[in-house]
Amino acid sequence: MTNPNNATISTVHTAEFTSGHALQIPTLRILQDDGSLYPGAEAPQLDKATALKMYDSMQFIRILDERMLAAQRQGRISFYMQCLGEEAATVGSAAALDDKDMIMAQYREQGALRYRGFSLEQFMNQLFSNEKDLGKGRQMPVHYGSKDIYYMTISSPLGTQIPQASGYAYAQKLRGLKNTTICYFGEGAASEGDFHAGLNMAAVHKAPVIFFCRNNGYAISTPANEQFKGDGIACRGVGYGMKAIRVDGADILAVYKATQMARDYALEHEEPILIESIAYRLGAHSSSDDPSGYRSKEEEELWRKNDPISRFRLWLVKQGWLDEEADKAKSDALRQEILDALKVAEKVAKPGIEHLMSDVYETPIPLLNEQLEELKAHIRKYPDAYPVTAGRFE
Amino acid sequence: MAKMNMLQAINNALDLAMAKDDGVVCFGEDVGHFGGVFRATSKLQEKYGKARCFNTPLTEQGIAGFANGMAAQGMKPVAEIQFADYIFPAFDQIVNETAKFRYRSGNEFNVGGLVFRTPYGGGIAGGHYHSQSPEAYFAHTPGLKIVVPRDPAQAKGLLLAAINCPDPVIFFEPKKLYRASVGEVSEEYYEIPLGKAEVLQQGKDVTVLAWGAQMEIIQKAVDMAQAEGISCEVIDLRSIQPWDVDTVAESVMKTGRLVINHEAPLTGGFAAEIASTIQKKCFLHLESPIERVCGLDIPYPLALEKEYVPDHLKTYEAIKRSVNF
Repeated sequence: MTNPNNATISTVHTAEFTSGHALQIPTLRILQDDGSLYPGAEAPQLDKATALKMYDSMQFIRILDERMLAAQRQGRISFYMQCLGEEAATVGSAAALDDKDMIMAQYREQGALRYRGFSLEQFMNQLFSNEKDLGKGRQMPVHYGSKDIYYMTISSPLGTQIPQASGYAYAQKLRGLKNTTICYFGEGAASEGDFHAGLNMAAVHKAPVIFFCRNNGYAISTPANEQFKGDGIACRGVGYGMKAIRVDGADILAVYKATQMARDYALEHEEPILIESIAYRLGAHSSSDDPSGYRSKEEEELWRKNDPISRFRLWLVKQGWLDEEADKAKSDALRQEILDALKVAEKVAKPGIEHLMSDVYETPIPLLNEQLEELKAHIRKYPDAYPVTAGRFE
Repeated sequence: MAKMNMLQAINNALDLAMAKDDGVVCFGEDVGHFGGVFRATSKLQEKYGKARCFNTPLTEQGIAGFANGMAAQGMKPVAEIQFADYIFPAFDQIVNETAKFRYRSGNEFNVGGLVFRTPYGGGIAGGHYHSQSPEAYFAHTPGLKIVVPRDPAQAKGLLLAAINCPDPVIFFEPKKLYRASVGEVSEEYYEIPLGKAEVLQQGKDVTVLAWGAQMEIIQKAVDMAQAEGISCEVIDLRSIQPWDVDTVAESVMKTGRLVINHEAPLTGGFAAEIASTIQKKCFLHLESPIERVCGLDIPYPLALEKEYVPDHLKTYEAIKRSVNF
């Protein structure tokens, strides 16, 4: 029975609290560490081409991360964020979507971006904030975005994409599109007010959005047990009146399966749905962070054994879809390709001075034109002080 | 005296405040064991326990609301917002609640003793989400005090005064100076009064004014101008709200000229407020229009940061324009 308070009424006559841990959601695991399936588990429908594309994306970002973190350490880029340990979560989920489903990411989802087809050159141009960067060199490294491949440009403030994803998906529904929106965020961002606002809006207004929480154990230095109480994030979806599932985020088959089901459900029922992926952020939060200050090497080692890429590789080999030797040669070639692209992007010029003022408004307001002219006059007077732009305008 | 960088001076101030008054508590994202992303709260949890120095969930509005509640109860929360760019989710709690607690309740309740510490400003290749100077938004809200230190000794004295202040204070820390600015700092407890500007250098031709990280930039410009025989009076405003109108007006009446520098965008920036007030107070003494050297009216960029910044050369040009009007 329901009442106007939208709460189910059943009656008791002795006072008893329901525990904050009453709802425990199990974790879906399909693939074992050795590449075999758990007894009774069933692999999702996955053709060879898709599976290999997923594997390629994982391999690509693993090498990209390793190479670009090194580049940051060499002072060639100012900042970097790895997704080590979470490759399966973002690649597996992106692979289960339609190419025109919108992706609203947080900042550690280069796997989804790669799967969608963001090219190596595009990665590099953004990381080096050069004039070919789609974002015109305005944001820090890893703030990717591309309209062509339905990947909303990243914003640094945490969780702001969550209510936006609800709105985007609601608009897709109103437009009659058979597409959904996936919204990624960390378990830390689930503490922001925007999380509550976004989930509640989506639930009440029946927006077909897939909320994908990457619960990776740490928000910078703060462990999940200082971030929230209760049974993780999945149970909150239930609290907001939506379906939820928890998956092993290092098990790409489980992630793929759950996302496929979530997408079907969201579109069929025009409802939001929540996936909580449990993995571990093996690297630092960012290149500015040092996890040795807040967690032990032993803890990291324990999770290192849980490598999502090797697990998937073993499964692919068992399928007869992957040759380990050819795979090794391919990863060496990829490493070289990335290095070459880095050297090219690094030499491309920074955006021109007119891009300081463009896009603030659709058409620059008069004051901006005035400020640009003043700035140009100033730079002409002191060209040595502004080497990036001096000499590059009339 | 000891040599400290700005972070060490802030840490030392927090340590002294917590030792002196057990109502002082520090919290924010990563503030506990890790000591904050910049390590301003290092070792405080070890020393004062998890109840008085702790991590919060990632929720700026939660941090601000929680701080309001603690302060209303009579404690002195020193809450850290990890970057000033992330203060906006807390905007409602700060602007509608913190600022109006005393006024709206007829002084039945107040949140005196509350301090929001937050790193602000550019110069760290942070793009627009790690470089903003949001001071003007808060300066527009009556009920808040706004303080910006320029060096370690000032950071310590002003922070201790802020914690001891009966009104809520937003304490903007220039993050590019955290490790870069090093100086002699007394290890004793001392306060620097809020709302009082500091005249750093006497001069007769033009008054040059800034606060926080921009002080070293205007000093560089002033040195260039002095080399050409222009005598500059240099003022560090230190507090934006309340701001020291008298010291600035007195200086401008002497020099007849004023150049104001801040990193935030020009339009609606606090320089506009200063210019307007000084124009009224000193109208008959002014020899030239008041100059504002500020950020451009655009979001803080990444690749073209140098072009955006109101640097020493732009300030030097403004000083010359002012003197040669």
